Amino acid sequence: MSGLKDAGHLFRFLGLFVIAFLVFWLIRGYVVPKSFGEYGHYRGAAITDIANHPVKFAGHQACEQCHTDIADTKTKGAHAHVNCEACHGALAQHANDPTSMTPVKPDSAVLCARCHTASAAKPKGFPQVDIADHSNGLPCATCHNPHSPVIGSDAKTTDAASATAATGGAK
Amino acid sequence: MSGVEGYMYPNEVTLYWSVLIVLYPYITGLVAGAFILASLVRVFRVQAVAPTYRLALLTALSFLLVAPLPLQFHLGHPERSPEMYFTPHATSAMAMFGYVYLWYLMAVLVFEIWLDYRREIVLRSQQSKGLLRLVYKVMTLGSNNISERSLHIDEKVGWIVTLVGIPSAFLLHGYVGFIFGSIKANPWWSSPLMPVVFIFSAMVSGIAGVMLLYMALTKLRKQAIDIRCVDTIAMYMFYIFIIDFSLEMLDLVHRIYEADESFRSLNFMVHTKLYFSQIVLQIVVGTLVPLVLLFLTQVVKLAEIARKRIYVLSGSLILISVFAMRWNVVIGGQLFSKSFLGYTTYKVDLVTKEGLLVAIGFIILPLVFLWALVKLLPPWPPQSKHQTASGD
Ligand code: HEC
Ligand code: HEC
Ligand code: HEC
Ligand code: HEC
Repeated sequence: MSGLKDAGHLFRFLGLFVIAFLVFWLIRGYVVPKSFGEYGHYRGAAITDIANHPVKFAGHQACEQCHTDIADTKTKGAHAHVNCEACHGALAQHANDPTSMTPVKPDSAVLCARCHTASAAKPKGFPQVDIADHSNGLPCATCHNPHSPVIGSDAKTTDAASATAATGGAK
Repeated sequence: MSGVEGYMYPNEVTLYWSVLIVLYPYITGLVAGAFILASLVRVFRVQAVAPTYRLALLTALSFLLVAPLPLQFHLGHPERSPEMYFTPHATSAMAMFGYVYLWYLMAVLVFEIWLDYRREIVLRSQQSKGLLRLVYKVMTLGSNNISERSLHIDEKVGWIVTLVGIPSAFLLHGYVGFIFGSIKANPWWSSPLMPVVFIFSAMVSGIAGVMLLYMALTKLRKQAIDIRCVDTIAMYMFYIFIIDFSLEMLDLVHRIYEADESFRSLNFMVHTKLYFSQIVLQIVVGTLVPLVLLFLTQVVKLAEIARKRIYVLSGSLILISVFAMRWNVVIGGQLFSKSFLGYTTYKVDLVTKEGLLVAIGFIILPLVFLWALVKLLPPWPPQSKHQTASGD
């Protein structure tokens, strides 16, 4: 029995571990969300939380119901497969109640460059231009109709387009 | 874009793993190395290095306390990091090794130090006064039993702890290499040799660190440096360094021979961006020079003073070399594009959260901890010079 007595201090150190573990477990019980692990290695309640996020995008079908003219132009043009909201931004609020907010027109000088700036990383077939060279600083919409961008493909191209394009502003 | 040559993907232009991530493996490496040195005494019974036994343990502890701090500073939300402990995922290397860290800290280092110092702690708790007395009292955990038998038990248990500690130290540091070595998307890192190389360089750096600390502290205390001790340490350092160097060269030769699709790009990098830190600092100045110097001390009969100077010089060079190695791994692995078509640049910030000043702080902080620990638990035997670590 004296052997145990002489090893008593070791048990005290062990006790330290037990206490540390209990404290850890206590804190853990307190900080880990209740629904953690319900379905997997994440907070189960996160699913409803995320589902409750307000919808931000309306989808192009919604836009097309009201803006039929633009939808018609677009489906015939090169941007047929580019979604309205890819350019206009999330507009669910507008689609639900058009009077509640009027969307700002995108600034084509910035917008178009986002997709069409020439870069070696893009597939060869994708239309891309050296922006500074190509547009001379003009907004792209001066010459291109954003909804049907190939020049000459659409009669309703902005008036300035034919004029500027004719002077050889572009290459 | 400034600092970018050729083609980089947008997410590769800025380096996300900064100098602090270089520091992290460096510091854990010093811990592992210092512990291995201590185990030489305890398990392998190399009595010559006994004067550094306790210092090595205290060094390991002070560096281990600082080791996670660079990571915390690197995180954008450090307050979330405990989640790794609370809800660990079995596939997360970081989470699993978080436990290894805790285990190593508490069950190995603190426990072993406590066992080894228990007699002194108890005596001091009876002799000192005021706040210090309270501190020592707490450290005794309320047990004043320092009978012959209980100390004998401590000795036995301490031996087991060290025995368990060796694989723990390997695991702790091996995982740092593992984390890099297992990133298969990065050809500079992805190599099963990585953990092994990390461990060996860790041992070398830790041993060099403790040796230098021992020499410096002994000088400061105006005592004579135990030359037999540093001779032996230097010998082990030399041997382990040879293994470390061979492994690193093996890795290099393997890469050159395999010459996979990343080779041209990496080879170019080593000859340009990493030329100074890898070829000059790490390999020539930091490895070949100390190897030659240490080799001389092994084969030529040099005067004691010359040997000491060589040890200090090569110890310092080794510390630089191992730091350079961590740098080349961590920073080097982020300088080239996965497209193998371009390179970016890393410029160390000065005063940001992950800047140079913080990094320097993290190098100094362990020394402050060590100073406090040495004050609290003097690693030297009271007066007699030669004493085995197990004797008290
Ligand atoms: C319920 C019908 C309706 C739907 C659905 C709808 N809009 Fe509208 N939109 C309107 C009306 C009406 C206006 C004119 C409001 C105004 O001038 O204040 C308008 C105006 C706009 C304008 C601004 C026109 C300008 O001259 O400044 C843009 C851009 C626009 N809509 C884009 C969209 C997009 C994109 C969608 C799909 C996400 C969409 N709309 C869905 C009815 C709708
Ligand atoms: C390629 C990007 C792009 C796409 C895709 C796009 N738009 Fe536009 N849209 C623009 C730009 C740019 C303008 C502003 C033109 C300007 O400044 O004159 C604009 C203007 C508008 C206007 C204002 C009236 C006008 O004709 O100038 C409406 C309404 C509109 N878009 C609706 C839509 C709808 C609906 C869709 C989907 C069917 C759509 N847009 C798809 C870029 C786009
Ligand atoms: C969200 C990305 C995106 C944006 C923004 C965008 N485009 Fe496009 N653009 C496309 C895609 C996709 C195509 C079709 C490419 C294809 O057919 O392979 C296209 C095609 C074109 C073409 C036809 C090129 C050809 O010769 O076939 C022109 C011109 C063009 N865009 C101009 C513009 C202009 C002007 C703007 C700004 C109003 C713009 N784009 C904005 C994605 C975009
Ligand atoms: C001054 C008028 C003008 C402006 C401004 C302009 N473009 Fe064009 N763009 C043209 C003309 C004309 C063509 C047709 C050239 C051709 O087919 O060779 C063209 C062709 C293109 C093409 C197709 C190139 C290809 O390889 O198929 C793209 C993409 C394009 N433009 C994008 C833009 C973008 C983006 C901007 C705004 C930064 C812009 N353009 C501004 C006149 C203009």
